[in-house]
Amino acid sequence: MYQEIPLNYYLILSAILFSIGTIGVLTRRNAIVIFMSIELMLNSVNLTLVAFASFMGDTAGQIFVFFVMAVAAAEAAVGLAIILALFRKKKTVYVDKFNILKW
Amino acid sequence: MSVTFIFFAITAILAIASGIITISSKNPVVSAISLIFHFFMLAGLYLTLQAQFIAVIQILVYAGAIMVLVVFVIMLLNIGKENYREEIYSFRKAAALLLGPVLALLLLSIFMVNPSSDNGIVETINYNGINYTAGSVELIADVLYTDYLFPFEAIAILLIAAILGAVVLAKRNLH
Repeated sequence: MYQEIPLNYYLILSAILFSIGTIGVLTRRNAIVIFMSIELMLNSVNLTLVAFASFMGDTAGQIFVFFVMAVAAAEAAVGLAIILALFRKKKTVYVDKFNILKW
Repeated sequence: MSVTFIFFAITAILAIASGIITISSKNPVVSAISLIFHFFMLAGLYLTLQAQFIAVIQILVYAGAIMVLVVFVIMLLNIGKENYREEIYSFRKAAALLLGPVLALLLLSIFMVNPSSDNGIVETINYNGINYTAGSVELIADVLYTDYLFPFEAIAILLIAAILGAVVLAKRNLH
């Protein structure tokens, strides 16, 4: 059992990456870059789960990461298909151009 | 300053840097490649946590499948650089850039716990009476196929639904 790197450091890194992902989702207008920022947020949560799983000796965290990755793959397929369908209709991927639902 | 710590420091700084490049680049292809690099850095971090299976699966699934799909879509839609300069300084961007660090500070205040009872990474886990190396494929398989069998089968149904949804959404209407 080596204690080279405290659990803190992984959690701090995960918090920073999650905030970077959030800024990306809120700031960008390109739908694909927004999608990539969501993947950034998902991966930061994966890092937290794996860090706790390793430090607590509980493998459930890594199993949960396995399922999060599967769900992220499914979300990638469906989300990109939606972006494709929107692009066919509107010829743009910038999310501020989609405003026909505004009242 | 052990080798592990230096490796962790370099990997973490590169992960943060590639994350910032992902969200801030004007060219979506640069964002995608930076995100692929970020996933490789995260796989390195998982290796420092003795999570060998998750590290390899991260590279295979995220960098190898999801990002390939994203790059396909970027190339298919032929998206150029973001040159729509009308909205550089907007209230939404200013609010996000101000509140993002606030979110970071909130999360950091939760996560800066005192690790006084921390014994480091657990090396060997005893599961069902057998000693496994932590994070190995055997341990993940034993836990996944015994305790978490139902979510495993449910994930299979979810993936089928996702495939069908993606095909239906993306195909052209032939009338």
